[in-house]
Amino acid sequence: MKLTGAQIFVECLKREGVELIFGYPGGAVLSIYDEIFKQNHFRHVLVRHEQSALHAANGYARVSGRCGVAIVTSGPGATNAVTGLADSYADSVPTVCFSGQVPTNMIGNDAFQEADTVGITRSATKHNFLVKRVEDLAITIRQAFHIATTGRQGPVLVDIPKDITNDTCLFEYPETVDIRSYKPVSQGHPGQVRRAAKMLLEAERPMIYSGGGAVSSVGGAERLTELASLLNAPVTNTLMGLGAIPCDDPHFLGMLGMHGTYEANMAVTGCDLLIAIGARFDDRVTGRLDGFAPNAKVIHIDVDPSSISKNIHAHLPIVGDVGIVLKQLIDELARRETKADTNALAAWWQQIDGWRGRDCLHFEQPSDGKIKPQEVIRRLHAATAGEAIVVTDVGQHQMWAAQHYGFRKPRRWLTSGGLGTMGYGLPAALGAQMAAPDARTIVITGDGSFQMCTQELATAFQYKLPITVVILNNGYLGMVRQWQEMFYQQRYSHSYFDALPNFAKLAEAYGGIGIKVEQLDQLDGAISRAMAERERFMVLDVIVEGEENVYPMVPAGAAINEMVLS
Amino acid sequence: MRHTLAILVENEAGVMTRVTGLFSARGYNIESLSVAPTLDETISRMTLVTRGDERVIEQINKQLNKLIPVIKTEDLSRTSHMERELVLVKVQAKHETRAEVLRMADVFRASVVDVSEESYTLELTGKAGKIDAFLRMLTPLHIIEMTRTGPIGMRRGGKAFAVEEK
Ligand SMILES: Cc1cc2nc3c(=O)[nH]c(=O)nc-3n(C[C@H](O)[C@H](O)[C@H](O)COP(=O)(O)OP(=O)(O)OC[C@H]3O[C@@H](n4cnc5c(N)ncnc54)[C@H](O)[C@@H]3O)c2cc1C
Ligand SMILES: Cc1ncc(C[n+]2csc(CCOP(=O)(O)OP(=O)(O)O)c2C)c(N)n1
Repeated sequence: MKLTGAQIFVECLKREGVELIFGYPGGAVLSIYDEIFKQNHFRHVLVRHEQSALHAANGYARVSGRCGVAIVTSGPGATNAVTGLADSYADSVPTVCFSGQVPTNMIGNDAFQEADTVGITRSATKHNFLVKRVEDLAITIRQAFHIATTGRQGPVLVDIPKDITNDTCLFEYPETVDIRSYKPVSQGHPGQVRRAAKMLLEAERPMIYSGGGAVSSVGGAERLTELASLLNAPVTNTLMGLGAIPCDDPHFLGMLGMHGTYEANMAVTGCDLLIAIGARFDDRVTGRLDGFAPNAKVIHIDVDPSSISKNIHAHLPIVGDVGIVLKQLIDELARRETKADTNALAAWWQQIDGWRGRDCLHFEQPSDGKIKPQEVIRRLHAATAGEAIVVTDVGQHQMWAAQHYGFRKPRRWLTSGGLGTMGYGLPAALGAQMAAPDARTIVITGDGSFQMCTQELATAFQYKLPITVVILNNGYLGMVRQWQEMFYQQRYSHSYFDALPNFAKLAEAYGGIGIKVEQLDQLDGAISRAMAERERFMVLDVIVEGEENVYPMVPAGAAINEMVLS
Repeated sequence: MRHTLAILVENEAGVMTRVTGLFSARGYNIESLSVAPTLDETISRMTLVTRGDERVIEQINKQLNKLIPVIKTEDLSRTSHMERELVLVKVQAKHETRAEVLRMADVFRASVVDVSEESYTLELTGKAGKIDAFLRMLTPLHIIEMTRTGPIGMRRGGKAFAVEEK
């Protein structure tokens, strides 16, 4: 049977098993929206800005482990989507974005709402397509989902000119995809796995450093935890890797890097073998390169060969999927007669316990003074047993959430790590809450970041999402202020807000519940009220100590053991 | 270090931009680039000359392979290979220099592809060094216009650099 391009779009999404898409209509996608109206295979969620559609798709993907899907119109719709695409690209989150385009015969004519979307998004996507014939639409959509969800995952954009959505052709859904130029490797090379096992057993001071790849890979988190206990080796996570090992696992040393824990950074500096698992040696992690794990041999497991030996030389590279390679490695370790040197490990743990003794995340909450932001995070952990989905924006609040919340499970921590996009939080939480309707979803944000996508409160209201927004309101662009305090002699250039809205009233204006918390003794009550709410979103505007700084901190250009502790 | 890379890509719109975009976005430089379809018309072959230390070249190779339409790359500089380049050069040739231009063409075994009252256009293929020397010798005679293709290259011996190695 012949179908229109718009009907093919719907058919393809149905076959991909899509249950939810986030979007915003406009002229170039009207025919598609008409078909969306007529079908009931998937839900469409109307956000309030195209950037949010991409962040929501990102949040949905990270919680569900499935592909996030967004649809935007041509021109401004597509340019608004760019930040969201770039964000998912930086954090390797699988999303497919459909954009409308002017009709093929108008392309290149400076037509109304025309943008060179494929050109603009080329470096913000894993791959992108312009569909030029309706006959190519189905195969392109199939390839887009395939590319987005395999190998190193990421966003793929499909640009569809309006005439293609109206043209017709015989619909045939390609059952398989085979792209000869794209064949990601998932099995680790057996010889390399054997060598890795040998190195791990010979190490006296092993250290596991895992990242976003351990969270996104199927089975990655469980096997990481298993490997740590098998080797009795310490584990540190990147910001993106948090949740891959439970926070109360005795092997876990916390996050490493610029705002990592003292014990994690010292252990990386002191280890003789570092095994990187789905992590990319980002500059926020390594600090000065020659001071990073200076005494260690490095094993690096990653699906993307270009992550390996990019910043830090890997003595033993293993290209493959974390879950699969760790399974191979665990099997190999189990087969071996030799075991790790328990005496050496005991000495290593003793040293680590010494570093732990510094209690680097310690802070004092005076019982009658201003609320400390860290205290708010600790209480949120207590109120949710560490089981909530925590979504953040970017800044100090993000780092405090990473340091103090304490994650028990993977896919419960959503933050913009690579791009550091202020405004990510609330829209990502929409997607997260929709992926896990029964989970408690908390946005931890700042008074600056929250104002970048506040309009999504309307979406939260419309879809009855009981999201809790906790604003750690310090009146500053706190992270900027901290750098100005430390490196610009306290010249607070444009990092202070002289005008802030009444966030509680703003929440109410959007149909939610707003509570302002100024005293410590109001905090638990407000949190428990929010935790009990099942239908309406709630905004807790928590007035916190204005000039609190995030510590520990590795100053720019320093090695990671050269930390400022307070 | 100068490296000559052979790259097989899908012969489709936008692939060149993806390759050149990668180089500009990551701050690598392209000394020359030449592209044309192969015997299999669905595939194009690029020869790209770049510079960088071992780490940079390794990253360039990996990043190229990460582009979806790139099928395969080979660093020719690591193999025993040959390179050739083609130049077209239009040289001023008025009465007193006409013979001299032809003599140069003869010495370098270049052929004359166009003649006018005031000029000869010469064509030469060879290694980059030979072309450089040719142009040096012609410069005093006044080069009106010149265009060169940049090198193309191939591994020596009987094996092919192709999608399925035979
Ligand atoms: C204000 C601010 C401060 C920050 N401070 C810190 C800090 O102190 N510490 C910190 O750690 N980060 C910090 N970050 C985050 C930092 O910028 C990076 O985003 C983060 O370190 C990258 O994490 P990752 O190495 O796990 O890489 P990701 O971006 O998560 O990349 C994952 C890696 O794993 C690979 N991979 C993906 N899937 C698989 C798979 N299935 N199998 C195998 N491999 C796979 C990918 O190829 C990639 O190499 C900060 C960010 C901000 C905004
Ligand atoms: C879109 C965007 N613009 C600017 C920045 C730079 N930036 C990083 S942190 C920060 C301050 C964030 O302030 P706020 O949201 O109030 O959080 P706080 O640091 O106070 O917790 C800024 C401006 C950014 N990361 N993203």
